[in-house]
Amino acid sequence: MGMLRGKLLPPVLAILFSALLCGIALVVSGANPLRAFGVMLSQIGQGTTAVDIVNSTGTYYIAALAVAIGFQMNLFNIGVEGQYRVAAVVAAVVGGSIVLPPGLHALVIILTAAVAGALWAAVPAILKVTRGVNEVISTIMMNGLALGLAAYLIGSDVFGELRGNNIRTPEIPHSGWVPGISFGSSGTVFGLVFLAALLGIGYWVMMNRTRFGFELRASGESSTAAAAGGVNAKKMVLIAMLLSGGIAGLVSMPEILGRDHTYNLNFPAGIGFSGIAIALLGRNHPGGIAFAALLWAFLDKSGLALDNVQVPREIVTIMQGAIVLSVVVAYEVVRRFELAAQQRQVGRQLGTVDAA
Amino acid sequence: MSSTTPAVVLSGITKRFPGVVANSDVHLSVQVGEVHALCGENGAGKSTLMKILYGMQQPDEGTIEVAGEQVRFRTPADAIKAGIGMVHQHFMLADNLTVQENVVLGAEALHGIGGKARKRIQELAAATGLTVDPGVLVERLGVADRQRVEILKVLYRGAKVIILDEPTAVLVPQEVDELFTTLRGMQQQGFTFLFISHKLDEVRAIADSVTVIRRGTTVGTADPKAVSSRQLAEMMVGSELPSPETRESTVTDRVVLRVENLGLVAAEGTRPVLDDIDLVVRAGEILGIAGVEGNGQTELVETIMGIRKAHHGRVVLSSSALGDRDLTRLGTLARREAGIGYIPEDRHRQGLLLTQPLWANRILGYQTRRPVSKGQWLDLAGAKQDTTRIVEDFDVRTPSIDVAAVALSGGNQQKLVVGRELSGDPVLLIASHPTRGVDVGAQALIWDEIKNARARGLAVLLISADLDELIGLSDTIRVMLRGRLVADADPATVTPEDLGSAMTGAGATGAVAAEHAPGAAKASESEGE
Repeated sequence: MGMLRGKLLPPVLAILFSALLCGIALVVSGANPLRAFGVMLSQIGQGTTAVDIVNSTGTYYIAALAVAIGFQMNLFNIGVEGQYRVAAVVAAVVGGSIVLPPGLHALVIILTAAVAGALWAAVPAILKVTRGVNEVISTIMMNGLALGLAAYLIGSDVFGELRGNNIRTPEIPHSGWVPGISFGSSGTVFGLVFLAALLGIGYWVMMNRTRFGFELRASGESSTAAAAGGVNAKKMVLIAMLLSGGIAGLVSMPEILGRDHTYNLNFPAGIGFSGIAIALLGRNHPGGIAFAALLWAFLDKSGLALDNVQVPREIVTIMQGAIVLSVVVAYEVVRRFELAAQQRQVGRQLGTVDAA
Repeated sequence: MSSTTPAVVLSGITKRFPGVVANSDVHLSVQVGEVHALCGENGAGKSTLMKILYGMQQPDEGTIEVAGEQVRFRTPADAIKAGIGMVHQHFMLADNLTVQENVVLGAEALHGIGGKARKRIQELAAATGLTVDPGVLVERLGVADRQRVEILKVLYRGAKVIILDEPTAVLVPQEVDELFTTLRGMQQQGFTFLFISHKLDEVRAIADSVTVIRRGTTVGTADPKAVSSRQLAEMMVGSELPSPETRESTVTDRVVLRVENLGLVAAEGTRPVLDDIDLVVRAGEILGIAGVEGNGQTELVETIMGIRKAHHGRVVLSSSALGDRDLTRLGTLARREAGIGYIPEDRHRQGLLLTQPLWANRILGYQTRRPVSKGQWLDLAGAKQDTTRIVEDFDVRTPSIDVAAVALSGGNQQKLVVGRELSGDPVLLIASHPTRGVDVGAQALIWDEIKNARARGLAVLLISADLDELIGLSDTIRVMLRGRLVADADPATVTPEDLGSAMTGAGATGAVAAEHAPGAAKASESEGE
């Protein structure tokens, strides 16, 4: 129970604290915080909001998993943003230009996305391993390149086509679509949301049951101890980065294969950065990340309703920021408290052993 | 010595910390002008007590009197004002500043930072014999000189009572003698010393009185001239003492580790850190490497383990199961799998995953081998079961195998590391400072386990700064100086003093024989330059 308390207490404290902070901000700006929160809650039942939240959770979850793999060994993959964008363009182009039987077609598109994401992440990985380039810098730069590359690839004289005032890649044929679960007027849950859940399970198994996961965690905890224990640091950086990029490549798959069937100018941006915050809040734990992704999606989608009560919806962004900041602090405070408690417990138990 | 008011009196000091033995009801009285030794095992509470006296921590109960007046120190600055100074075990000097700048740093208000300050430093140096050139950069100084600078620092701030925290831990025997001569001279001038140590011979050599502390409380005060080291030690431990002595030789003629012409060049330059290292360890043999720290021992171990890449040379491991294997091109994991156990010199940095449970620490270094792993998959049940075995066999004091490694005391952490590294039938054990910073009980157990493993035919490469341990355990001793093996010594006849001379390059005396290899000749040439 003590273990559980240590894991649950910090995020709960952080969320309460940031809710309080936002409440104060709302009061100062002359709005009624309780009414604002009430509107956000009741929004869940309106229109397609509930389904949107689920879909968005799946997307965020994949992005946060990609970030978390890097975090496990103190590798900051800021480049999820660029990796999923490049992967989306490449997968959409490939998917729109081939014809395969249903199922297989979608599978090929998904694998293409993963490989493209991994290759995009391979550049900073190789730079870090061979030249010692800090991955934070290189992945941020790769994000800039990704934007440019994506814009170039969908140009009408390259792979793209002009539809109305939108530019997009050729539509993926029906055989490449992944059907969702329809709730009629309430919307359709993307089929690939289940891919997110599968990835979460795979992530847990990898981290807790495999040699690779152990080496990853050991590298993150102490690079010197890992080296003395025979963990090859360069190999770990390379594999972790490729894996992170590969998962990042899947971020946009639920949307592209479930609804859009193309890559176009309305492609969502910023999911990679949200993934960083969600992985932090979820403490790199698959369950924690799921909860954090759900919270993030709820704030995003329900926040839209705030405009109806004349509350600026940017308050949601403030709340997300406040959560990330306070969760970092709360984890550190609780960690120290837990450590002291454990040492006290060891001391007490050994005291009785010695006396006996 | 004429004054009857004690320089420092601590009474009823109690300090509680989570999980560690701190202080309970400590009484200590130090007379003016004496060297008062404070003895106790690691973790007995000496350092906490001194931190309280130096104002770094506040006692929960009890009082401190300095020169008859009750005081309350909130910060070290208060203690310094009252005339108390502390020389820490780990020097706190800025390498890129000069001696004078280091001494003046933080005490600029006393004599400025210019000529007056220099004059004051020179006066102090002349009066105490702590001669160091104030203009030289600290990075150019050796360990003994750095210590002089540390003492000058506290004198400059007007200290009359000086706390020396394990001052001899970093010195070779000759330097210890010099330090003691200085201390005696300063004692004549009325300085009072609190000398923290667990080296009892030294305590008996320098102290006028000795207070023994055990499990956080003072056991009693004794006259070091009237008691034997053994009696003192038994006061410290409360029981019989362990000894590193090994009985009969178990050395065989089967070579397990052969290192040939090993060389390593420092990353930043072309200076060789290891030069022409040739050594052989046989089954059943403990080969000890003596040397002042920083002469390449760490690099030697890490190169043999494959953590550093050798520049040239070969490392060959022989075992009855696998025959001769050239490890030179292999990584650390492959070397471990070939049968090398490795007790790293710093268990916190290299030996343990501190926030992970004990059973996860059992996996580290063995992640490819049974019983903790099945190929790419971990075997958690196997790991937990084998951790339980280590906890029982090696007497690791812990409430369960699920606590984080950081919650254990240093001795218990080290027992876990030793137990792990002796698992999986290694043919060679590399032990770097295997009993550094552990209590006497853990030390005895670790020595016993190494001796038992040796008797079973394990080859051991032992690196230690504790010369008694090195002489007691080793079958053969090689001396390392500036990256070379410069001399051999026979542990049956060598004394710590002889070894100390050889370690500092003062020349081979007594039972230490300089090597007749070309490397040794080169070494002596370069010393002449």
